[in-house]
Amino acid sequence: MNPKDLKYTREHEWVRVEGDTCTLGITDHAQEALGDVVYVELPEAGDRFDAGEAFGSVESVKAVSDCYLPAAGEIREVNGALADSPETVNKDPFGQGWMIKFAPEDPGALEALMDANAYEAFLQEEANKG
Amino acid sequence: MAYSPHTDADRATMLRAAGAHTTDELFEDIPEQIRDPHLDLPDPLSELEAVEAMRDLEALNRWPLRAKDYFIGGGAYRHHVPAAVAAIAAEPSLYTAYTPYQPEMSQGMLQAIFEYQTAIARITGLEVANASLYDGSTAAYEACAMAVRQTRRRRILFDRSLDPHTRELLAGYGRTVRIEMIEQDYARTGAEGPDQLAQGMDDSYAAVVVQNPDFFGRITDCTALAEAAHRVGALLVMRVNPVSLGLLKTPGEMGADIALGEGQPLGLSLNYGGPYLGFLAARRKLIRRMPGRIAGETVDDQGRRGFVLTLQAREQHIRREKATSNICSNQALCALTAMAHLSVIGRKGLRQVAELCLHKAAYARETLGAVDGAELVFEGPHFNEFVLRLAKPVADLFREMGHAFEPGIRLNRWYPELSDCLLVAVTEMNTRESIDRYARRLKEWLCS
Repeated sequence: MNPKDLKYTREHEWVRVEGDTCTLGITDHAQEALGDVVYVELPEAGDRFDAGEAFGSVESVKAVSDCYLPAAGEIREVNGALADSPETVNKDPFGQGWMIKFAPEDPGALEALMDANAYEAFLQEEANKG
Repeated sequence: MAYSPHTDADRATMLRAAGAHTTDELFEDIPEQIRDPHLDLPDPLSELEAVEAMRDLEALNRWPLRAKDYFIGGGAYRHHVPAAVAAIAAEPSLYTAYTPYQPEMSQGMLQAIFEYQTAIARITGLEVANASLYDGSTAAYEACAMAVRQTRRRRILFDRSLDPHTRELLAGYGRTVRIEMIEQDYARTGAEGPDQLAQGMDDSYAAVVVQNPDFFGRITDCTALAEAAHRVGALLVMRVNPVSLGLLKTPGEMGADIALGEGQPLGLSLNYGGPYLGFLAARRKLIRRMPGRIAGETVDDQGRRGFVLTLQAREQHIRREKATSNICSNQALCALTAMAHLSVIGRKGLRQVAELCLHKAAYARETLGAVDGAELVFEGPHFNEFVLRLAKPVADLFREMGHAFEPGIRLNRWYPELSDCLLVAVTEMNTRESIDRYARRLKEWLCS
């Protein structure tokens, strides 16, 4: 369900580490909770954010959720296709629904993120609380 | 929706469903000591008594004057409102319509709002507009907030030719939300204003705010200023008189990013200061920064055209502290009236009113400026207002001639350097005779 080769944040984002660049999107759990995505607000290449800072947001018919950068870094690329087809986030959250590619200033900062198993346990915990 | 009072039978049915015997039982959870507060109200009046009480208040007005003898403006103006406008706005299904959150029973109001937004976008020359805000000054703050959100900068630039009430409001908001409001002095002429502002711009500013025509009635072209602002990544925000848009180059044509203003001149009475109407329009790319309600056009599941409130996820009731504004309402009845007014007078009518204002004001400028002891303060093109300097104390003019006509607005309150001056407004309601009469009385008073 949640790809094994990815890392996960407590804000339901996934990160794929590829050398010194990372790709980021929201998880299947997140897209399901949001409902039909109608708009994705993305930053511009070159923008810099601190760890935990909101870099953009995902808007559905019922809510707007901020998206946070898990580690301080600079945006390298954004997924322009989402402007015309925001529903891609719902249809393919781990693939074509990627949102940004960024270069973390400290690659070590990503080690604290959850792996797929830990994320699944986290989802279970959240479900039990709810 | 029919408004019929409950009958005893209705009440009995509801009480049975609620599991109570009497209405009082429904309030038993409220502590006894506060359940039935004593309200020290006077006895109720019959309709006849109430009308007489209002007539007594009305009689306190000292000087009932004809509209043509009023020369007061400053953001709100007397214009002719065709009788059809009030008749349309008074249509019960529109007049009593509530907040259109349930589209299935609000199509009439939503369509009216959608048409209003379309009209505002058209007259400002921009691409999107919201369902309206409280008034022109509020709209000016919201435009600044949009610019701050868009650019992520927290400084706004304007000069003292921007309406004083707006500047006061911006200062108040700026202190609380920590946006720096930087105020420059106004330029000698309307034409020089934009250049002076452009010189004050740099990349620390989110936006520059200009009023056209400005508070003194001077007309200006902000096209170069728009370019200067964009060069440093800032926005151009313009506060405009909607009637003037019937004639002048629009904010859209000048390259402005956001346009706003006080919509009172579009069919609203002076209302003793309110309720008024804040309109706001912007380039399409700023639509998600826009506060307030927005009505959108869509189709239902049978493909029929319908209207709904849209982009609500940005509003306060959903986004809370991250919302575009604390405002999630609009001036529905006023916006409806403005829409009715615009559709009754039409594009041609709006132009005609603007032309009448321009020409009559020019005639008044010439005529009053020619009176010995009266002097025009600013040169250059004006729309429907101008500043007149008087050789005798302005307060005396009001004291001695105020029973006969309203000569204008004293500027001492906001512009100490202009305390010997008057802001004179002219609309299509003023006649050549009333302007000539003003000149005669002014001459008489200055010579006495």
